[in-house]
Amino acid sequence: MALDRWIALVFVALCCVYGYAAFFTMDHLLPAILQRNPIWPSTFPKILSVLGVIVGLVVLLSPKAKTDAPDTSSAADAIDHRRLGDYNLGQALALLVLMVAYALALRPIGFLGATVLFLALGGFILGERKLHILIPVAAVAAGSIWYLVQEVLGIFLRPWPAFLI
Amino acid sequence: MLEGLLLGLAAAVTPFNLVMVVLGCVIGTVIGMLPGLGPMSIIAIMIPVAIGLGDPTAALILLSGVYYGAIFGGSTSSILLNAPGVAGTVATSFDGYPMAQRGQAGKALTIAAIASFAGGTIGAILLMIFAPALSSVALLFHSAEYFALMVVGLSAIAAFAGTGQVAKALMMTILGLIMGTVGEGALSNMPRFTFGLMELQSGFSFITLAMAMFALPEALFLVLNPARGAQSGAGSAIKDLHITKDEARKIAPVIGRQSLQGFFIGVLPGAGATIASFLGYAVERNIAKGAEQAEFGKGSIKGLAAPESANNAACTGSFVPLLTLGIPGSGTTAILLGALIALNVTPGPRLMTDEPDVFWAVIISMYIGNLVLLILNLPLIPYIAKLLTIPRAYLIPFILFFTMMGSYIGQNNATELLILVGFGVVATILRFADYPLAPLLIGFILGTMMEDNFARAMQLYRGFGFILERPMTLALLILAAALVFVPAYRARRARLRQAGVADGD
Repeated sequence: MALDRWIALVFVALCCVYGYAAFFTMDHLLPAILQRNPIWPSTFPKILSVLGVIVGLVVLLSPKAKTDAPDTSSAADAIDHRRLGDYNLGQALALLVLMVAYALALRPIGFLGATVLFLALGGFILGERKLHILIPVAAVAAGSIWYLVQEVLGIFLRPWPAFLI
Repeated sequence: MLEGLLLGLAAAVTPFNLVMVVLGCVIGTVIGMLPGLGPMSIIAIMIPVAIGLGDPTAALILLSGVYYGAIFGGSTSSILLNAPGVAGTVATSFDGYPMAQRGQAGKALTIAAIASFAGGTIGAILLMIFAPALSSVALLFHSAEYFALMVVGLSAIAAFAGTGQVAKALMMTILGLIMGTVGEGALSNMPRFTFGLMELQSGFSFITLAMAMFALPEALFLVLNPARGAQSGAGSAIKDLHITKDEARKIAPVIGRQSLQGFFIGVLPGAGATIASFLGYAVERNIAKGAEQAEFGKGSIKGLAAPESANNAACTGSFVPLLTLGIPGSGTTAILLGALIALNVTPGPRLMTDEPDVFWAVIISMYIGNLVLLILNLPLIPYIAKLLTIPRAYLIPFILFFTMMGSYIGQNNATELLILVGFGVVATILRFADYPLAPLLIGFILGTMMEDNFARAMQLYRGFGFILERPMTLALLILAAALVFVPAYRARRARLRQAGVADGD
């Protein structure tokens, strides 16, 4: 089964869960006065879940089109997901892990430290080994962005680790 | 109209707003040139900055400047590197890149700049004529019609998604609508579908979603496939920016035709700059005769001017439904709508009467933006093009970082970053399977408005009666159904004919 059909299957399952929540778990929480209303908070979700199941099943069950119209925007350099191993999958996954780490570290380490680490490690993952260029670039960028956000836009970003401020 | 123009001039031509236009155009050009970052990602990244400005006029001026700049920057990288940064400029590379290979990069850039300028300016004039007219019609609409109109918009977006894609686009639209119902509902303050999580109480943040749908997958694709947007070393010397009188005479009618056509395609929901540029290219190739037609694809100046004027006019055209109906027709205008709502401006027919200065300032800033792009970019292009040589080990971490900053600054909440990464991975998988992502975002943004109008209509008519009692609503809903079913029916017929089943009718 092709990837798009798997996604359609997941989508149908999601709509079923969503529909279950809308049809069976929401209405009894509604105050009696609102029940006289012609529309309930669950009305729109109910319609959506039914439509979603129908459309999902259409995608899931419709026969594969013979002429798979190529995506005009990126036909030349589209990525074939069946050969994912041929691409830099490791780098992409490492960067995603790095982003999660950044999200978790942003508060405890502070904006400046976390950002310098993120930019430097990101460059390192992508194959840059000239640390004497990479780290200063990351530091200058982090500093100037912090200045812009904090001073120009007036949005507070904790610059240093939590125990310092 | 004249007083509106004067009002717009007064609001737009302040030193601060002029700086915003110039800044927006420069930022848009610079980032739009980088392969892999389209106008949607750039605008999404710029939204926190725009909201930080606080003034809706300045914010909208900045964002539309970024939009034009991004389209223009995209054509620069299409011409110089054959690496379109934006889907709307793919057609530009058909003839622009061969010209650059012949050593006429300077001339190609000049033609692109002039065609963009003309397309954008003619588009702005048409917008000025059509938007007020459409607004006055739209004032007659009730919530029932608004609901129906949004259904039409969403179906049109799905219908224009291409053969075999309609059901997929529809599925993404419904997913977007479903995601829009998470959080406190429009009718009561009862939280829905939050699974008891505090973070979901106010729903998903649209900036996070926009970043996750567009910027993050693009960046991941750049990592996965280094050949994407690879440099072919054509960006060396850019000189001889002049075009001859003869060439100008040749491209003038092309620019005129394609500006008009592009504008009207841009007005249609779901069509936008990409379709306008491809169609413009195809139409001009069919109109051209003999030797000129044979030149298309090998460096024809007509083939370069056509998509360039069409895509800029279409960008302007896509503002018509946004400003008059409050219904975005494309991913980019959907992001702009989100930004406007965040700035406490509700686009729609009342915008012209309630906040005419915002409305007219945007139109004036379109003229100024186009002029700035023409004056600023022509002499600067050779220098800006140097940016294309930034190594990807530096570029990609910065793109990822700006993506995260965009969603973090808006909420000041690190959980938002985890949601961003999660949705980004999902969006990348969806892109692998060829699911269009713009309908998801448009559905998400329209979802709340749609439910509001639906609820109001239901309450006024005590049930579903409004569908039958208001003829316009019924007509719009039938149109929406036709938009979805006709392409599906035709695709089915085509498939059966291919299989040799339905030869008869």
